[in-house]
Amino acid sequence: MMRPPAPVQYVAKNMRLDLRLIAEMIPERARVLDIGCGDGALMAHLVTEKAVDARGMEIDMKEATEAVANGLAVIHGDADTDLAFYPDDAFDYVVLSRTLQAVERPREVLSQMLRIGRHAIVSFPNFGHWEVRLKLLLGGRMPDTETWSRPWYETPNIHPCTIVDFVALAEMDGHVIERWLAVDERGLKAPWRRSVRLANMFGQQALFLLRRK
Amino acid sequence: MNQTAAPPPIEHQRTVLRDGLRLDSGQLIRPLHVAWRSYGTLNADRSNAILICHALTGDQYVAERHPSTGKPGWWANLVGPGLPVDTDRFFVICANVLGGCMGSSGPREEMTDADGNGLGRPWGTDFPSITIRDMVRAQKMLVDHLGIDRLLAVIGGSMGGMQVLEWAATFPQSVFAAAPIACATHHSAQNIAFHEVGRAAIQSDPDWMGGRYWETGRIPERGLSVARMVAHITYLSEAALTRKFGRELQGGSALTFLEDVFQVQSYLRHQGSTFVRRFDANSYLTITRAMDYFDLATEHGGLAKAFSGTPTRFLVASFSSDWLFPTSESRTLVRALNAAAARVSFIEITTDKGHDAFLLDEPDFHRALGGFVAGAARDLGL
Repeated sequence: MMRPPAPVQYVAKNMRLDLRLIAEMIPERARVLDIGCGDGALMAHLVTEKAVDARGMEIDMKEATEAVANGLAVIHGDADTDLAFYPDDAFDYVVLSRTLQAVERPREVLSQMLRIGRHAIVSFPNFGHWEVRLKLLLGGRMPDTETWSRPWYETPNIHPCTIVDFVALAEMDGHVIERWLAVDERGLKAPWRRSVRLANMFGQQALFLLRRK
Repeated sequence: MNQTAAPPPIEHQRTVLRDGLRLDSGQLIRPLHVAWRSYGTLNADRSNAILICHALTGDQYVAERHPSTGKPGWWANLVGPGLPVDTDRFFVICANVLGGCMGSSGPREEMTDADGNGLGRPWGTDFPSITIRDMVRAQKMLVDHLGIDRLLAVIGGSMGGMQVLEWAATFPQSVFAAAPIACATHHSAQNIAFHEVGRAAIQSDPDWMGGRYWETGRIPERGLSVARMVAHITYLSEAALTRKFGRELQGGSALTFLEDVFQVQSYLRHQGSTFVRRFDANSYLTITRAMDYFDLATEHGGLAKAFSGTPTRFLVASFSSDWLFPTSESRTLVRALNAAAARVSFIEITTDKGHDAFLLDEPDFHRALGGFVAGAARDLGL
């Protein structure tokens, strides 16, 4: 089913960890849509290193303008409303990095991703991490951690979920999980590679590669 | 003032295409004259050409002093050495549109019969109805004449943007990159309505003489001036007018209940009176009608169809306070391009300057367009 990911030749030093891990999953010359592409760091990396046909969507106009000024094919758009306009199978990979928790309808967005793309790559901060659980349990207030750093009244993250939650949604909607991994902010992948429950406890970031059933 | 004579003719650089052009209306214009200017140097394999398409009242003098007004080129802040459309690297062409009044075939030029013989009088209102696609076909004939198979980019704002879309839809293999700016895929009822006010003003001026004003040597100055004043309001935003003029009075601090007290009035009158010295009333009628006819979806059997399988990459840009061609129109275009799986970039520039913003110093727009053109050139190995 899945083409074996090409080994990473070069990793931009200042590229976000989850973006580096995503780049490793995408084969050369793939057609990629990066939703929430920001200023296009991942796209630029994929274009130069893997000759990928990269398109992007970004809701922040400043970032979108930056990406276009860098010669990237980025549109100002909203994942909640604008994915519906792409045809089926337009892409090999549709990427949504650290954005799922901020969209209005995450379930619909996931389904759209797997309609317009053969694969979906989703990364999100894990709300099941032990620190989050502990802060809520002991302090009784919304957790304030390195990953979840904005107060509840101004966070854009309106739909936080845990790794277990995400696995359950994928199962419910019939999305096949091809690969997954959980990492902490420093990029250490072990030791909870095999166990979803352990990953849910110790992983700060989760990364899923999905495909249609 | 009412006795203003027609402006003295200027010699424009132009190409004569003997076979002429068959219009959408079925009529033939023979020979076809295309007046054009170019900047920069065409490279050996003729792959670095960029076509700029001008707006309703623009012309081919995009990046140089205008021969009749003496003003700098209308896009001199964007096109030139080291600028976003870099004439040190690219061969930039701009042609006066078909129906225009700066040397291309149009109402002010000598009328010809079907065999191309001159009839010793201007076309006037006998100039046939034309479409945006006719304008683009005329430009294509010029580009072919120059031996250019594919344009690196076609760029234009407002009516120029309509031509860009028509280029991409009609000659997709000839356009590597397309930048339709501050435009729409069709002219809305509101757009048509404003144009109709302008046309009515021209036609109700007794000096218009039913379109035969060349016989008197006068021009329908009042009508054309009012047309320009109305149009000019649509090019600005309310915020821009307020910022520029507010309710400021002319040379006084208190209302005197005399005429012409507000600064915005004299500004509009000035806009109107300078316009009549450089533009032809019958050209204004012809070109505004061509814009009104424009509807890409109807022409090509649907918007997505107009672009299906397109090899062209697009940059769509709109301006937040533009109510003549609002961002919603650009978004409709972007969605159609997405549906066609086209490679498209889209940004809305935040500005209070209205539709006019596409001509003004908008750094974000200039950076984005520069990046888009440079990216296209890079991908073509230029």
